[in-house]
Order: sequence, then structure tokens, then C-alpha cells
Amino acid sequence: MKKIKILGPGCPKCKATHQNVLKALESLQLDADVQKVEDMEEMLKYDVMTTPVLLIDETIHIKGRVAQVSEIKELLKQ
Amino acid sequence: MFDWLESFADWFVYSILQISAESHLGTALNFFVYDTIKILILLFVIVFIMGIVNAYFPVERLRNLLQRKKLYGLEYFLSSIFGAITPFCSCSSVPLFIGFVKGGIPLGVTFSFLITSPLVNEVAIAMFIGLFGWEATLIYAGSGILLGTLGGWLLGKFNLESWLTDWVKKLMDNTSQEKVAVNEQKRGFLERIPEISREAWGIVNSVLLYIIIGIGIGAAMHGYVPGDFFTEYLGNGSWWTVPFAVILAVPMYANAAAIVPVIEVFVAKGVPLGTAIAFMMATVGLSLPEGTLLKKVMTMKLIAVFFGVVTIFIILSGYLFNLII
Repeated sequence: MKKIKILGPGCPKCKATHQNVLKALESLQLDADVQKVEDMEEMLKYDVMTTPVLLIDETIHIKGRVAQVSEIKELLKQ
Repeated sequence: MFDWLESFADWFVYSILQISAESHLGTALNFFVYDTIKILILLFVIVFIMGIVNAYFPVERLRNLLQRKKLYGLEYFLSSIFGAITPFCSCSSVPLFIGFVKGGIPLGVTFSFLITSPLVNEVAIAMFIGLFGWEATLIYAGSGILLGTLGGWLLGKFNLESWLTDWVKKLMDNTSQEKVAVNEQKRGFLERIPEISREAWGIVNSVLLYIIIGIGIGAAMHGYVPGDFFTEYLGNGSWWTVPFAVILAVPMYANAAAIVPVIEVFVAKGVPLGTAIAFMMATVGLSLPEGTLLKKVMTMKLIAVFFGVVTIFIILSGYLFNLII
């Protein structure tokens, strides 16, 4: 099972990313461990300077912008 | 450039809505339609251009550039410029602050970014171009960047590192960290266009309501506030008017979209432009919500010094512009 993390302090863009991840999973009929990381100290372990950040299995894939459903689907298929 | 829009507003208000061009409501509505559409177009274009710049020069690259020490003071200016052209999002300011400080960038340079980022933002620039024209916009953006440069430089002189919160200090000592894998796809310019325009639409959408309310209030005030109202209180050139306007504005928090149309009325009713810009800067640049966010990384003492220095600089720039304009 893939581990997906969304880093971001709860701003609208972070929420949109979270929603898109859920939509992508639903349309692919996949199950994943989705985590929203809102704690600043935890977030900074990943050395991010712009939020939101999308991590899949501890790898940063998209940062600083809202990931689109189609993009997330592509990433999850890999 | 916007002639077609003027014709559209005329056609829409006078022909479609059939409101007389001679009536007070007609002219107000015409202004409202024209201003709102013009500002929305400007905002979209500005955010789009900023998006392109940021796609090719992301903040990580700025950090790498600033880490190469020998910039002879130019680093404050660069940092400030970037603060201006990066779309401001209050929720990014803390990660960015940490990212800079942890990357070994001096606190003062980091402050330059932090000061300018909310002070000169895309929404305010679009509204300034739309309501005041290019000259006033350049003055506003230029003074914001200058303020960030000088403010950061001065704060850097104070050696305030010891006033950061404990966990930030710990982070600074412990700069070695496990590398996180990054697998961001490289994309060409054309592939980025849809995503950049989507971001731009997102920003336009998120402030749309504020812009409409702001311009609406502005249009209403134009008609109903007596012409000498502000001149009597804020426009008579007394020395205390600038600090009064700024100190009044610091605890206030308003979206730039809502505040610019209001200060446009101030200026039309006789308040000097410098005082008006200072008032706006204090409203959007310093606010209690921002202070609350910064509490995570700064002690109250440091926040107080930071706000204090920025307030003083905003007041000084207000005086300066009242002098030279």
C-alpha cells in the first residue's frame, strides 16, 4: 500500500490537494495510507519552503502548488 | 488599452440595464463595472507573469543564490525583490523563514523577504494600476522593496538570533539532515501554461468577492462622503497625520483588495498619496494574524522589534513621498 503525505499548515491550497488525492484514489479504486501533515516541525524535516507538498512513499513529487487529480493518478500508477 | 472596456461598460449600464448616464446611480455603476473588470484582468495578467517567473526561478534557487556569500549588500535587495514577486500566502511564510535561516542565510536577509512579501503583493499591484495608474504603482512597489531592503539590513545589524524560539535555534545548530528524495518532473514551458493559468485563476477567484466589495464601498464613498471630510482630518498636512494613519492601520487587517479602493477615495478627497500608501502598507503588511503565525519561530520580543522597525520605516516612507510628490 502506498503512503501518501500532504504537507501544509492547513491553508486552502493544502485542503484542495488533499481532496484531489482522495478523488484520484477513488477513481483508481486504490487504497492508500493518506496523511495530512500540519505540524510545522514535522513538515520541516522534509526541508520544504513552499506548501503544499505531495509525498508518495517519502518522495517529494509536487511542491508549491495544488496537484491535479490527473497528475496524482499518473503518479500513483507508476 | 482599456477603451473597449469603457465602451462595454457604457453599453452594459446605459443600454442593457437602461440606467440613465445622467443619473448618479448610472455613473457609479458604470465606474463599478469598468473598474472591477479592468482590475480582474490586470490581476490575472500579473499573477500569470509572477507564475512564469516563479516556475523558472523558484524560491529554492533564490536560497542557493543567497547562500553564495559575496553579494556586497545586494542580498538584501534581491531578497526583497523576491518577496515582492512571489505570490504571498501567509501559510508559506513560516516554512520559508525556517528554510532560509536553516540554509545559513543571515536573519536580516530573511527579514527583507518577510517584510516585502505581504507589503508588495499581486492584488495590491493590480488595484494600484487600475485605480491610481502606473506612476503611483511604481512608487508603491518601489517604496515597498526599498523598505524591505533597508528594514532587513537594519534588523540584521541588531544580532537578533538569540531571540528566535528555542526549536528554531536547535534547527540552526543542526543543519545536517537526511536528504529527502525529490522526484519532481521537469516540464517544458508549454506544459506549465495550463497549471500557471490555473493558479492565476485560483488567486483571482479567491479575492473576487473582496475586490467587488472593495470597489463597491469605494464607489459608494465617492458619492456620499463630503469632499472636505478627510482633508479636514487627515489632509491638512500636520506632521502627525502620517504616524496617526499608520498606527491606526497596524492592528487592522484587511485584504489589499478591499483597502485600495478605500484609500483611492481618501486620495480623491484630499489625503496626500504618501499618507494613503503608508496607511495601506501598514494594513496589509503588518497584522495580528501574521504576528500569531510568526510566534512559532520568533519570541514576542523579536516580533515586537520586527513590527516596530517596519512601522517606523512605513512612517518614514510616508513622509518621504509626501515631500517628493
